[in-house]
This record gives sequence, C-alpha cells and structure tokens, in this order.
Amino acid sequence: MTNNHSDVPNQPKKSKRRDFLNILLGTGFIAWLGALFFPVFKYLEPPEVEEVKVSNVKIGGIDDMEKDSGKIIKFGNKPVIVIRKTNGDYIAFSAVCTHLDCIVQYRKDYGQIYCACHNGRYDLNGRVASGPPPAPLQKYAVTIKDKEVIVYQEAT
Amino acid sequence: MKQENQKKKNKYLSWLDERYNLSGLLEFAKKKSVPKFRETIWYYFGGVALLLFVVQVISGILLLMYYKGTEDLAYESVKFISTKVSFGWLIRSVHSWSANLMVLSVFIHMFSVYFLKGFRKPRELTWYTGFGLLAMSMAFGFSGYLLPWNELAFFATKVGTDIVGQVPLIGEPILKLLRGGDDVTGATLSRFFGFHVAIFPGIFVILLTLHLLMIQRQGIAEPEEYQKLPDNEKKTIPFFPNFAMRELLIWLIVINVLAILAVFFPWELGTKANPFSSAPVGIRPEWYFLFMFQVFKFLPGEILFLPGEMVGVLLFGIGIALWAIVPVWDKKTAKGNKNTLLTYVGIFVIIFIIVFTILGYILD
Repeated sequence: MTNNHSDVPNQPKKSKRRDFLNILLGTGFIAWLGALFFPVFKYLEPPEVEEVKVSNVKIGGIDDMEKDSGKIIKFGNKPVIVIRKTNGDYIAFSAVCTHLDCIVQYRKDYGQIYCACHNGRYDLNGRVASGPPPAPLQKYAVTIKDKEVIVYQEAT
Repeated sequence: MKQENQKKKNKYLSWLDERYNLSGLLEFAKKKSVPKFRETIWYYFGGVALLLFVVQVISGILLLMYYKGTEDLAYESVKFISTKVSFGWLIRSVHSWSANLMVLSVFIHMFSVYFLKGFRKPRELTWYTGFGLLAMSMAFGFSGYLLPWNELAFFATKVGTDIVGQVPLIGEPILKLLRGGDDVTGATLSRFFGFHVAIFPGIFVILLTLHLLMIQRQGIAEPEEYQKLPDNEKKTIPFFPNFAMRELLIWLIVINVLAILAVFFPWELGTKANPFSSAPVGIRPEWYFLFMFQVFKFLPGEILFLPGEMVGVLLFGIGIALWAIVPVWDKKTAKGNKNTLLTYVGIFVIIFIIVFTILGYILD
C-alpha cells in the first residue's frame, strides 16, 4: 500500500522523524549563523593596542609656569592637568572629568578645576566641589628635582 | 507636426504600458487623495523631510569627492573644501543647513502625526518605521558632526558616546564599538565616517522604502474629527496633481530658505580638535541634542545610590521607548475615543524640549 495518509500508526513516528530533522536543521542553521557573525563581531571589537608605559613626565623648569595657572600635559596617551597654585606649589590630576569624559581646565576666577561640558567643579584637592561629577579626579604626584618639575603616577 | 509628436509619444507610452501595465499605476494615482481640513498643512512635512534627504544625498556625495576621513587630514580637507574648492563652502553649508532643516522637519512631521493620531491601527508599522527614520536622522547628525574633526564636535562626541556607555551591561561594549577603542580618537573618526556614508544610508533607505510603501498601500490617515464628519462634508484634495503641486510649491520655498541660510550664514568650521586641550567654555552639541545635554547639567552626582548620569540615561531611555511604542499603550484612540492624556503628554514633551533647549543657549 502506497497511501501513507491512511497509515495511522505510522503518523507519530513520521512526525518524530520530521521533528528530529527540523531540530537538526534548526540548530545547524543557528550554528551556521553563529559561525557567520562571530568573526564579524570579533572584527568590530578593537584590538588592544600596546600602550607605552609612562611612569613620569618632565614638564619643564620650576619657573616655567606662572603662579595661579594650569595646563594640560600628555602623560602617555592620557591628559593630565598640572596646576601651579598661588603659593607656587605644583599639583596634578587626571584631566578627564569623571562625569562624562570631557577634559577639565583650571579657572583662575574660581580658583577651582572646572569642566565646561556640564559645569562640574573640583577643588584643588581634586574633590568634587559642585555640579554633576560623581567622583573625584585621580591624583598624580609632582616632584621637583634639579629645578625641574616631574609628574609621576604614584604606585597604588 | 504636433500631432505627429503626440502620436510618437503615445507609441512609446503604449510600448511601456503593454509591458509594465502603466495604466493600472495611473488609475491608482488618480484615486489617491488627501483629506482637506484646517490641519492639512501638517501633511506636507513628511515630503519636506524627503526632499531634504535627497539634498543630503547629493551634497554628501559631492563632499565625498574631497573629504578625507582621518585624524590628520579631516579638518584640513574640510578647510580645503571651504576655502579652495570652487563653491566648496556652498556645498558644505548646504549639507549642514539641510541636515538641520531635515531633522527639524522630521520632528515636525512626527509631532503632527502624534497629535493627529496618525499612528493608530492600521498604521502602527508606519509609525515604527517613521520612528526608526527619526532615530537614523539623529544618528546621521551625530556622526556627521564629528567628521570635520573640530573642537566642538570632538567634545560633543566624547560626551555623547560616554552617555551611551552609561547604559548598564550593554553600554560598555557599545561604547567600545562606537569609539573603536576606549577613547575618542582617529579610530572613532574612521568608524563614524563609515557609519555616516555607508551603514546609515543603507538602513535609512530600507526604512524609507518601507515607510513610503506602507503609506501608498493604506492611503493617508484621516484624523478622528474628520472621520466623524458625514460623508458629504468630507472634502478631499486629489493627490495628483493638486496636492503634489502644492507640495512642489513648498519644496520650492524650502529650497529657497535653504539657499538663503547656506549663503548668508555659512557653516563655521571652528578650531581643530586637540585631544590634549581642555573643553572650551560654552561647548554644546547640535541643537536637537541640546535639551538632553542641558538636563545632564542639572542632575546631581548621585541619585539614590546610582550615578546621576546613569539615572538620566535610564529615564531618557524609558521616555523615548514609551514615545516610540505609543500605538501599544494608546488604547483609547484605538477604540475611537478621544485620548486627551495623549495630547497633554505631547504638549508636555514639546514644552520640555523647548524650555531645556532655550536654557541650553542662555546658560553657559
């Protein structure tokens, strides 16, 4: 007999076989998609670029910077703000605002560190004075050696 | 002679008609109509956005002839376009102004569809594709803003991508994907260039095609007040040629406005971005992001143990998502009842956007 439709006892077995094939094809398809997209996603993820380790940066002679002023220096590939206080002391912090990644500046008129993006202010200890920043600025150490100002990262 | 020409034309037309059934298409075009009532003016803004998109594509392709998308050359190449290339300043100015006018008309189009309830059944998918087009327009604006690699754009991109990074769990990988690294660098510029000229146009055209096909298939939405009118009081304007001619007239006006803006207020280039300089005072993003930017200035550092900016991102995210799925939660209009809450929400959103945008301009 060739008519399968009347072959009732055969039906469940048949659909089982079909289910099995569907699952096989379905998972195969998903795996295929995965194999297709995995390299694409991995490709889009930028590779880790080896950073040049910088432990200290010389920024010039002790009298090169005016009192009550600040400037941004390159510390490796990170911006660091160096401030010479009114009393002549040097301080340094990471210049990246902890709020939304802008670069801060020293404002003489406030005597504070200021971020122009969202009006965040930090005092000269790097602590948040007002505005939206959620955390203090990371501190860098400054030392003076042979009349040269050197900024360095303290061992943590 | 004239008759002969006519005959010839008919010959070509019938040749095409025989193969592509043009008369069916003409028949369809003849039947198209637009409801006529006091709000009819709002029906033109989708078309205005469409025109400006075409202007964007053309002026964008022209800019591509000279633009160089690398950290060292981007700023210089835009400067070259603006100062050396014949009419380069005009093409660039048209591209920038047209982008802004396009975002503006997309916004007007969206709000008019919202208030006239054009999104309700059976036009939900038209609304969703439209929302996608609005999001894409803003993505175009955001990515294009960085391309001249100037100071303002550099910091706007830093802030904008950092906000994306605030989203819990998925934020950080997306941030890296967008920036092409941890910071906004030349890698970010390359990526944004790719997004702006290849990926976004592709997605935009697909969404736009769907959006327009759906409108053709379903006809133009009739607002509830108009629907309640007795049939003999429902006035319509035939789409061809009456509505099309009016739209054409508005296009002409828009092109003139664009030309005036582009010529008399050429787009500034600013100073070149320097990743090792402080953010300048008075920094702000494009006007259509300004209200969000301004809100972030007012948020405190911490709200209920969570970082303030994360709370801001979550609230904006929820608000935008709710706006996007308005066909789902607006049950009243679907049943034919007036939903005044919807109108109040819309008015609130408009006032919110306007107030914070103005604050963004007047406060430093």
